[in-house]
Amino acid sequence: MTDRLTRLLETRDWLLLDGATGTNLFAMGLEAGEPPEFWNFDFPDRIRALHQGFVDSGSDVILTNSFGGTSYRLKLHNAQDRVHELNKRAAELAREVADASDREIIVAGSVGPTGELMQPVGPLSHADAVAAFEEQGRALIEGGADVLWGETISSEEEMAAIAEAAANIGATLCGTLSFDSAGRTMMGVTSSAYAGMQDTFATKPLAFGANCGTGAPDLMRTVLGLTEAAPGAIVIAKANAGIPKYVDGAIEYDGTPETMAEYAKLARDAGARLIGGCCGTRNPHLKAMRAALESHTPGERPSLDKIRETLGEFSSADDGTGDAPAPTRERRSRRKRT
Amino acid sequence: MSDEEDDIVLSELSNEELVQQMHDDLYDGLKDEILEGVNILLERGWEPYKVLTEALVEGMRIVGIDFRDGILFVPEVLLAANAMKGGMGILKPLLAETGAPKQGKMVIGTVKGDIHDIGKNLVSMMMEGAGFEVVDLGINNPAENYLEALEKEDADILGMSALLTTTMPYMKVVIDELKAKGIRENYVVLVGGAPLNEEFGKAIGADAYCRDAAVAVETAKEYMAQRTHNQ
Repeated sequence: MTDRLTRLLETRDWLLLDGATGTNLFAMGLEAGEPPEFWNFDFPDRIRALHQGFVDSGSDVILTNSFGGTSYRLKLHNAQDRVHELNKRAAELAREVADASDREIIVAGSVGPTGELMQPVGPLSHADAVAAFEEQGRALIEGGADVLWGETISSEEEMAAIAEAAANIGATLCGTLSFDSAGRTMMGVTSSAYAGMQDTFATKPLAFGANCGTGAPDLMRTVLGLTEAAPGAIVIAKANAGIPKYVDGAIEYDGTPETMAEYAKLARDAGARLIGGCCGTRNPHLKAMRAALESHTPGERPSLDKIRETLGEFSSADDGTGDAPAPTRERRSRRKRT
Repeated sequence: MSDEEDDIVLSELSNEELVQQMHDDLYDGLKDEILEGVNILLERGWEPYKVLTEALVEGMRIVGIDFRDGILFVPEVLLAANAMKGGMGILKPLLAETGAPKQGKMVIGTVKGDIHDIGKNLVSMMMEGAGFEVVDLGINNPAENYLEALEKEDADILGMSALLTTTMPYMKVVIDELKAKGIRENYVVLVGGAPLNEEFGKAIGADAYCRDAAVAVETAKEYMAQRTHNQ
């Protein structure tokens, strides 16, 4: 049987994703350093309220409160033994809210990075990473998640491990990378490279794209790169609501609902079908985005100039895609690489 | 550039060529070749400090520039730093014996509430690559950890890292604590982390915000040069 997200996409051109989990939970009193996943048991009403707020603001897809739910993240809080219960509960809470709505709401099981560097540059092996994601993924699906949703990933190896875990479970996967370093991920993956990788994963993601990163202009440039490299693919755009500013001892994102509405329309014009917000995105932003998407007739593909004019400057001159030759360093010699 | 130099025999190269080759090998993260190169230069009578600065530090400086400019990314930098570390393993005891000049000492850690360490580790490695002594306090550090270490280690530089918008403000708590104790001016305070920016660094009273590990090294060097100059 096909999953609910696939079926819903057959009837809808676009779906509104949700907003920021962290930003909103901190506004509800989460302390810095406290793992949000603990709230699935400690304050389930707040997690329900988080999801309900998104649904009431127009989100069609809500992500579970399980971003840091792998054993590698939970171990930093001595909770590596709670992977199953914390993730299952995360999915159950989102499921409750989704099922109570009179619209069809998709529950996506959030899977974030382990925080470990993977082989060959780090210590974490592919097999160990797959096992960790599988443990988390099984619990999310058991709790009622419709699909698994890898997000804020930076390396090909880690997304490949998530995909293999999804394949082992038999779950549908969506996956987004965070392109935060001059248009590439921290590990150097470009948008076009990521689009090209989809067929190599153990399960081909139903949808793929970008989340978080530096700001909406950069994320839009990434979306252009993805849709150009993979025409017809279901592309995800989940941009931060502006950039963080230090105001009276706390951090606030400076993106307005109006800007996020403009971004949502541009994302649609660029070919993204799953559109939402990441850090800093709250209910007023989502409401503005929903209204904008509902009244918007998709226009022509935006140029980089148009993105710059509407959303602001890019963080870097290029993003490693296109015809511009990649910068290289002249060296005196090169060893034979075996 | 060419394939005819496939079989490079390090011991047959002149000093100048060997140092050039070591820069390339660091760039490519070839640890075994770096170990060999360090040993050859030492056998040829080079002072350990000269090997460190001309072969390793200069090589890592090039890596740092290309990291800053988006030509190299984290995986390549990690491999280069690992090769560098191998070379440092040979040089460290020798440097201690010969009383070589020191660049400066940095205490670094991720702030309280924050458990991310990839960025901080990169800064540590690049700082060591530039010849600094680094005391890494790890993750989740309350203010007292920083203050204790700064005093105990007689450090010059405090480096603080945060990856979360919710933990960034804690950097100000640490700086305010230094001020309250009247020792703020004893240290250069550098801050970094994905969500930070220059404006934030200024707002909390840090000396500088460093966008990435390469910038951190350059900034640290500038401040150390100023300090030496002023003394």
